[in-house]
Amino acid sequence: MFQACTDPDTLDGLAWLACYLTNGKHIAFYGSFLTVLSLLAITAPVALAFGFGGAVAARSRIAPLRWFGQAYTAIVRGVPDIVFFLFFVIALDQGFEWLRHKVKCPGWDQPIRQGSDFIVCAEAKLPLSSSPQWVHEGYGFGLAVLTFAIVFGAFAANVLSGAMRAVPRAQVETGEAYGMTHRQTFWRILVPQMWVYALPGLSNLWMILVKATPLLFLLGVEDIVYWARELGGAKTNIYAYPHPDWRLWYFLGLLVFYLGLTKVSEIVLARINDRLSLGQATAAGEARRRRAAA
Amino acid sequence: MKKLILTTTAAAMLTAGAATAQDVVRLGTEGAYPPYNFINDNGEVDGFERDLGDELCSRAERECEWVTNDWDSIIPNLVSGNYDTIIAGMSITDERDEVVDFSENYLPPAPSAYAAMTDSLDLGNAVVAAQTGTIQANHVVDTGATLLEFPSPDEIVAAVRNGEADAAFADKDFLADVVEQDSQLMFVGEDVSLGQGMGMAFRESDPELRETFSEAIVAMKEDGSLNEMITEWFGDGAPTFE
Amino acid sequence: MSCAQSIQDYALRSLGIGERLLPRNDFTLCEQVVLIGSGLIWNVYFGVLALSFGFLLATAVALGKAADSPWLRKPSEWFIFVFRGSPLFIQFFLAYEAFVLLPRNGIELLGITAETGWLTRAWAGALIVLFLNTAAYSGEIFYGALRSVPKGDLEAADAYGFTGWHKFRKITWPTMLRLAWPAYTNEAIFLFHATTLVYFSGFPAWQQKGDALYYANYFADKTFNPFVPYPIVAVYFILLTLCLIALFGWANRRLNRHLPQTQRRRIRFRPQVIR
Repeated sequence: MFQACTDPDTLDGLAWLACYLTNGKHIAFYGSFLTVLSLLAITAPVALAFGFGGAVAARSRIAPLRWFGQAYTAIVRGVPDIVFFLFFVIALDQGFEWLRHKVKCPGWDQPIRQGSDFIVCAEAKLPLSSSPQWVHEGYGFGLAVLTFAIVFGAFAANVLSGAMRAVPRAQVETGEAYGMTHRQTFWRILVPQMWVYALPGLSNLWMILVKATPLLFLLGVEDIVYWARELGGAKTNIYAYPHPDWRLWYFLGLLVFYLGLTKVSEIVLARINDRLSLGQATAAGEARRRRAAA
Repeated sequence: MKKLILTTTAAAMLTAGAATAQDVVRLGTEGAYPPYNFINDNGEVDGFERDLGDELCSRAERECEWVTNDWDSIIPNLVSGNYDTIIAGMSITDERDEVVDFSENYLPPAPSAYAAMTDSLDLGNAVVAAQTGTIQANHVVDTGATLLEFPSPDEIVAAVRNGEADAAFADKDFLADVVEQDSQLMFVGEDVSLGQGMGMAFRESDPELRETFSEAIVAMKEDGSLNEMITEWFGDGAPTFE
Repeated sequence: MSCAQSIQDYALRSLGIGERLLPRNDFTLCEQVVLIGSGLIWNVYFGVLALSFGFLLATAVALGKAADSPWLRKPSEWFIFVFRGSPLFIQFFLAYEAFVLLPRNGIELLGITAETGWLTRAWAGALIVLFLNTAAYSGEIFYGALRSVPKGDLEAADAYGFTGWHKFRKITWPTMLRLAWPAYTNEAIFLFHATTLVYFSGFPAWQQKGDALYYANYFADKTFNPFVPYPIVAVYFILLTLCLIALFGWANRRLNRHLPQTQRRRIRFRPQVIR
């Protein structure tokens, strides 16, 4: 990065450290923090959508849909998330390619599984093997988002269906008394009011999600744990910046990062909670109303 | 699994290969096993296999791209098609040969060695660290020593340094650099020769690509450029091809 | 090899009893089920012990956080924040790295040499981390419950002349438990799931003795097929979760048996805890 860094062997002390901390690998390491943050930013709404779908399905009046919703939440929550991560990505990847294969290559007459090989026609490959590297990485990241969303969607579904049950029955009945249809009471009364009941559960879920991100490297994404391990490991003279085993320091850095993220999340979530309580028929909402009136 | 292999005919496999003939070849590696392969300070794949792979690709007139993957899942990701070949210091073994096909070896059978802090060690009863899922790990179990497994080669050396393990067992070429630069560590016991050398791994359904690279490897063996490359990366003492 | 033979060889393999060599080829479904089941012993071991010890510390931490004295409150708050605010994965790693830095030959303390080597072993080191971790999470749950103990209950206790330890043991503590129980059930389930991380982050497996996920990973590695071993782990954990829910549900009914039917709260498995 700096001019002085062209020959690391001649450097020592602070200059060495400055060059070391700004080499290409470290830049990638810093970039991976953004990867983690963007994963969080994308996964949270997607998982919420999955959860909403799951919750609606679980309380559906159509039996098969209800069973599906209930089975989804029950199975995913009963299994450690790490087990899902270990085989979900390959399963999802193969599932997508199989679907594309069915659509794009109807004339294909060979078995898709040849021994342990999984073979689809070249047009069905995801991404196409001619695509540049960033497409491959983007696809891997997308699969990671999807896997996280499926797992956390199940938890969110549980929180949301609890929240829907928590909305006072009288509120919905009032809506019905005004002649609203089932659909109208759902969208105009139940959904706007459920968030305040869902928020404590969703906040916890966010915290769990934050703390599940170190498992990203299991999904083949080069995240902060991957780089911390890679950078921290002892380096021989074959590297430009040899050093002993520094993993402890890198992981301590990660610890601080996560503690900071938790603290910030706690503050933000407390604010949202306060804001949401406004005008709600709960104790907290009542307290806010009184404070405003005084 | 074996029954399925029999159902595929050679002709079918050839057409499958032809469809992808001119695409970019994606080379999968671990990136944590210097000097075979490692991520250099610029964040790029580097090492003996980087040089070798690039040379092979230019000889085969194919465009290549490097991909890194965890050692743990390196074969499942090959067979499900996330890259086209593995070139990651992988020893040719019968066990792996059942699932993937290997090219001509590009490194002769290399010795594996024990590195330890003391030379008075009964290796049959010691605690020996090895990387999970390697031929070395299997060998340690066979010797009757206590196997201590770690996911990356780096950690097995760390385990010896901090006294968790009595010795580390890995490819001698990997340990050579480490031992040379750490006065506390030394080689102990006899070197052990495992496997049938190192080769590139391909999907069994992809014989054409395997042929292409095998030919390039044979060509490099014949004109001596492979031996030069081995000496350059592993020093004068490293075993080369005849 | 017959299935009965596999059970004989591998049912207790994770404890080092039985066949020393793991299967190397011709893997049968039976071997996978038996060996992964054998690994489950460790998951149960970590889960049960961490929960039992963690329960005691959690009560202490909850009381500490609710205490008036900052000397008790601050350390409790920090303890909870650090262990709840960071990923368990990283806690395992740091703990292992810290334990291996301890002197090999033990520490001289007041003339007694304390052995340190066992701390780097998963059975002790990982148990300590899980114990502290669950104590922090449960501590927060208990703290919340402690603050929700009805004022009337405490006033009634005062009126009857209950004081100090007696009042805590007979009134405050049972009510706190009753209120915290649904959330605590979830914490227990999460803890059992978290035990799969032990051999995945730092703590190495000795002599191929590992937990359920370790063996599943072994099979996935050898057969190059992740679609059999991991679902086996999943099924085992669903069964384990069901057992836990039944057990905690029974405890919940006991805790609530003095209440009128309509006021009893059923446990719903909801993620109210943070991991």
